Amino acid sequence: MTSITHKSIDLQSVIEAVQSPKCGAIDVFIGTVREQTKGKAVLRLDFEAYEPMAIKEMQKIIDRAHAQWPIEKMTIVHRVGSLAIGEVAVVIAVSTPHRAASFAACQFAIDTLKETVPIWKKEIFEDGEVWVAAHP
Amino acid sequence: MELNIIAFGIAKDILGSSQVQVSLADGKTVGDLLEQLKASYQDFERLASLFVAVNEEYASNETILSATDEVVLIPPVSGG
Repeated sequence: MTSITHKSIDLQSVIEAVQSPKCGAIDVFIGTVREQTKGKAVLRLDFEAYEPMAIKEMQKIIDRAHAQWPIEKMTIVHRVGSLAIGEVAVVIAVSTPHRAASFAACQFAIDTLKETVPIWKKEIFEDGEVWVAAHP
Repeated sequence: MELNIIAFGIAKDILGSSQVQVSLADGKTVGDLLEQLKASYQDFERLASLFVAVNEEYASNETILSATDEVVLIPPVSGG
């Protein structure tokens, strides 16, 4: 299951979505808004997504993870809009029978999300704003 | 044909709008579109990458465009 939300993400509901009696492990990645980048104070982050394609690309990540690890359930939820310092931007949860696979699948998912899913974030500073990773 | 191009992130800033109309000869490809856009908006050349999605899927430069396609510019993504 994947989704894009404009509201704050309920962590407990994401975890509950992957719980299964077949599993001995749930790994959760939570991406949050950091207060600085390269020593410069960040006021907030603005996220936007090409939503229908972002949902499809997140589902592709889940499908690829299922092909590599014995995953019982996996969920990715990404938030868009204006986020304050400390707020949660993305949550990935995965359940597997044993822990090694859930750690590996979760890392694969966040690393791939950052490369393929059409979501963009803009860092807002006191003296300007920058689209993250836009320029080499 | 007249193509409606949708843009997100920094691509939207470069175009100055989230949607623009582009005239392209029939049978032209994604690569042709990118070449034309980079000629008109030189700031695209400075991006780390610029991809095109056609109907919600990443498209190769060889993909032939048609007027009914949903064409979206994908500058470097930065989710997470």
